[in-house]
Amino acid sequence: MTPFRFPMLGWILLILLVALNPVHAARIGDISEISVWDQAVRFFSFKDPSLRYALAGAILLGLTCGLLGSFLVVRKLALVGDTLSHAVLPGVAAGFLWNMDKNPVAIFVGATLAGLLGSFMVTRLTSTTKLKEDTALGMVLAGFFGVGICLVTMIQRLPSGNKSGIDKFLFGQAASLGQSDIQLMAIVTVMTFGLVWFFYKELLTVSFDPGFAHSVNIPTAWVHHGFMLLLAFSVVIALQAVGVVLVSAMLITPAATAYLMTDRLHRMLLFACLSGMLSGAMGAFFSFLGHQLPTGPFMVLSAAALFTLAFLFAPNHGVLMKWWARRSRSGRVRRENTLKAVFHVLEQEKFRQEGVTFVELAELRRQTLEETEASCIELVRLGYGTMPPGEKAFYLTPQGMRRAQTIVRNHRLWELYLTDAANYSPDHVHEDAEEIEHILGEDLVRQLERQLNFADRDPHGKPIPSAEEIISTHGTTQSGPSTSTGYGKSS
Amino acid sequence: MSELIPIWDWQAIFVAPWTIDFPIYGWIFLMGFLVCAACGLAGNYLILRRMALVGDAISHSVLPGLAIAFLAANAWTSHQSSTVSGNLDLDTGGHGISYGFAIFIGALIAGVLTTLIIEIIHTRTRIKQDAAIGITFSTLFAFGVVLISVYADKVDLDADCVLHGEIAFVSIQPFITLGGYELAPAPVIRMGIVALLTLGLVMVFYKELLVSSFDPGLASSMGINATFVHYALMCWLSVIVVSAFEAVGAILVIAMLILPGATASMLTTRFPLVMTLSVLHAAVSSILGLHLAIWLNSSTAGSMVVAGSGLFCVAWVFSPSQGLLPQWLKRQRNSKKSIGDRIKAEVLEEG
Repeated sequence: MTPFRFPMLGWILLILLVALNPVHAARIGDISEISVWDQAVRFFSFKDPSLRYALAGAILLGLTCGLLGSFLVVRKLALVGDTLSHAVLPGVAAGFLWNMDKNPVAIFVGATLAGLLGSFMVTRLTSTTKLKEDTALGMVLAGFFGVGICLVTMIQRLPSGNKSGIDKFLFGQAASLGQSDIQLMAIVTVMTFGLVWFFYKELLTVSFDPGFAHSVNIPTAWVHHGFMLLLAFSVVIALQAVGVVLVSAMLITPAATAYLMTDRLHRMLLFACLSGMLSGAMGAFFSFLGHQLPTGPFMVLSAAALFTLAFLFAPNHGVLMKWWARRSRSGRVRRENTLKAVFHVLEQEKFRQEGVTFVELAELRRQTLEETEASCIELVRLGYGTMPPGEKAFYLTPQGMRRAQTIVRNHRLWELYLTDAANYSPDHVHEDAEEIEHILGEDLVRQLERQLNFADRDPHGKPIPSAEEIISTHGTTQSGPSTSTGYGKSS
Repeated sequence: MSELIPIWDWQAIFVAPWTIDFPIYGWIFLMGFLVCAACGLAGNYLILRRMALVGDAISHSVLPGLAIAFLAANAWTSHQSSTVSGNLDLDTGGHGISYGFAIFIGALIAGVLTTLIIEIIHTRTRIKQDAAIGITFSTLFAFGVVLISVYADKVDLDADCVLHGEIAFVSIQPFITLGGYELAPAPVIRMGIVALLTLGLVMVFYKELLVSSFDPGLASSMGINATFVHYALMCWLSVIVVSAFEAVGAILVIAMLILPGATASMLTTRFPLVMTLSVLHAAVSSILGLHLAIWLNSSTAGSMVVAGSGLFCVAWVFSPSQGLLPQWLKRQRNSKKSIGDRIKAEVLEEG
């Protein structure tokens, strides 16, 4: 459907190939006294099989969690993911009790069942009682987690049996992943990608417009339950590397990062998978640098670092980028208002004189002389005008004149449109036009013109500069007859 | 499997804790009750304000505040004298006071910071509040865990304590002495002060809290600064969470916050009654939890949560107004009637 998934599957296969290639060496935990630099070198030589399992596991879980987390974030279900991930703990303990060993399949089944039971409980609680959703989520989270903690402490205090490994599920230890774990993770990842690819349209529709989905006969309830099942799977495979407590972060944070980067769902899925994969790998790396550090927190911190970058620098939604865009827009609006004021002064004088004095301009713009002079200097710098030395006046260049006419034209066309087509009274249209004149694009102006039958007077009886006038009167050098630029172009 | 659940010993489970072993279990029960009661009182407001998961967020994110406070206090005391080792408790010694202060200040800062970061993320970008909460607390919690595991030798907190605390250690803590008379273990005194202060604050600012929770618009027209109330509540919540931390850990606190209020609100809608019932729930669930923990040899805090959840489930099934069983019985009765009678019954009930 969309081309991104096939390279993704290719990546998964490549990772698996690298991970499952049998090489025998010491386990990570065997060596304790070693410098950070040596550890880093060891990490990038990829010689340890357990290290490669850890890395492959981190990347696989980043992929799955990013993919499914995106749907959670766009559907405002982020904390359902949190609840689900805490609710699997009793299932993990029960799976462990099954044969007193860290059997991946038993734990997988137990945890999935517990997760589904938790999500079912939330639905029942909100539908049969007056409790709000957040309370129900919090209760299921805490209640299940309490049961899980009881079971885990009971297992830990047992006199016999292989108890090692159960505590790894709390904060995650990617180094404890084995080949069978990776195989299970790979199966789940491939299945998740396959199902999401196959039911992409249904998921998309249900996520953004459940009412519409219902009306076109998509079984919304089934899609929701199926999605919850997949989510439980992905939480469970991530458990061993990230830990119960922090799995939800791997669901939410990479997806939120992607949500800031783009507006299209399929690109968001791609970005979420990438950032999940990257934070998984970074987490595995950083926790490898120290001795016996838990992996989960480092993955979460890496994901948070990526999120911070996106929060500041994402193209359209980043805070700094938005601030910069707002700043440059307000600068442009200020410049255009000055140009417009120059045009108004010239128009009052019926274009008999070439320049305007600062005094006239300052009166019209209600500014001090210094402010006016500063904005004129800015216009001169951009080539919209000249200020002969010694003269307290401002002269428009042909380019500046075109720009000023364009703005005035936008303004007056809009005023006319509001009175004629939207039945505003003429004394109510000015404020609105003040705002819109800076935003109207070329296409919109053409359309307005056609709809208004190429009128040449605005509601207040002032002439609207026509397109030909803008090009011919002052267009000396830049614009040939074929050019149709100049309508509210923002440059 | 058989060794998982120990044999049922009435004497050891129910009699001993209140007779021979009372000096130990009495303090554990009291501590559990104080934690549950303080959390339950504050948690009622969280439930009313639909901020149950903000409580979750705060309980997670006090961890880095705690860890940093530990490191700072440790650096300070080892600067003062090299012999003192860090301890989570506000004990009677001079350095204990500085630890206590550092921990409370760290928790306050962490609480306010969490609230601020959540606000910033969800007002400045298009990320919704739930995702903002999820990102904030998981990141701060991860940061705290990293601090604890990297400076494992300097911070006297371990990962298990973070998750479920260890309430059973309460009775072996040093006792606070007053005038040569042994009063109570230090954590119990501290939690008692916090619980009493919570009760006092709730009673003094009852009107402000209630109005700003139900109707922020009305509150501001009455001259109550709803934003201030919000932040003050968050601060106080952090104080409660941090003093309960040692006993119940970061995650089970959320159960203590929500379960009493949720159970009480299943049974009544009168707010003063909800408050009373949630304190009652706190007492009953700490007693039941204590016995459960003795029987199963499991984490005491975890067992108290299990007992609290059990009480909630009982309320869910039997609650007169919205319980599952009364609703089912009503449906059974109605299904025998004709459609006309059923509609009449519905209408009468609505009216």
